[in-house]
Amino acid sequence: MTNSESRFVYVTYIRTTPEKLWEALTTPEFMKRYWFGMHCESQWTAGSSWKLVSGDGQIFDAGGIVEAEPPRRLVIRWQHQNKPELMAEGESQCTMELEPVGEAVKLSITHTIERRPSKLIEAVSGGWPKILSNLKSLLETGATVLQAPNPRQH
Amino acid sequence: MIIDMDDDSVFRALADPSRRQLLDRLHASNGQTLGELCQNMEMSRQAVAKHLAILEDASLVATQWRGREKLHFINPVPINAIAERWISKFEAPRLNALSNLKRTLEGESNDQQ
Repeated sequence: MTNSESRFVYVTYIRTTPEKLWEALTTPEFMKRYWFGMHCESQWTAGSSWKLVSGDGQIFDAGGIVEAEPPRRLVIRWQHQNKPELMAEGESQCTMELEPVGEAVKLSITHTIERRPSKLIEAVSGGWPKILSNLKSLLETGATVLQAPNPRQH
Repeated sequence: MIIDMDDDSVFRALADPSRRQLLDRLHASNGQTLGELCQNMEMSRQAVAKHLAILEDASLVATQWRGREKLHFINPVPINAIAERWISKFEAPRLNALSNLKRTLEGESNDQQ
């Protein structure tokens, strides 16, 4: 890592297929179940816009799709929109790579920004492990470990 | 190749103080080469490489290549999985309590999600 870059890497192995994992990463209704009620909106093609939206419709992050190669690789330009000090850091880049390994898929998420230190990368570092644990649990067992902050009450 | 972050390999990897020290060093400065991680360590390069391999097998360390340099990154996902194993059942009610509080304060009905 260079001195002018902050980079975090998150890796998990999920017993599923690349196609199912890709669908889980790009389908809003499914996303809400493991992303604490948040979801992404995008056409998921290179050049299309991208945003991360909270359960009550607030846009937390926005940007665009740099690369989309289903079901293998997704690169997102990612700028925070909610907190001024995080927004001021500018665009980060989030790369998701899906690689079949035996009966599972290795999901690697690399979140990078061209500055060091970075409050944004610190801020997301607490979130990604929880989101990935939930995603793994949901795909493997059909249930999440941690419930969304606004679980359905029925 | 290991295809799962099984708890035994994670606990075994974490049981060694030198390996915890390597994780601490990556936590302080992520994305280091083997050479950088060897600096100020009272261990041979071979010993550091062996410890890193055990951490990588347990998925506690992820590696990426940049040119000819292999960079090591701490992977917090298995550590979070260990925490959730014992904490989640306490955390979930807390999240529920917060959402109930929010709903009460905002006067939402249960159907408005």
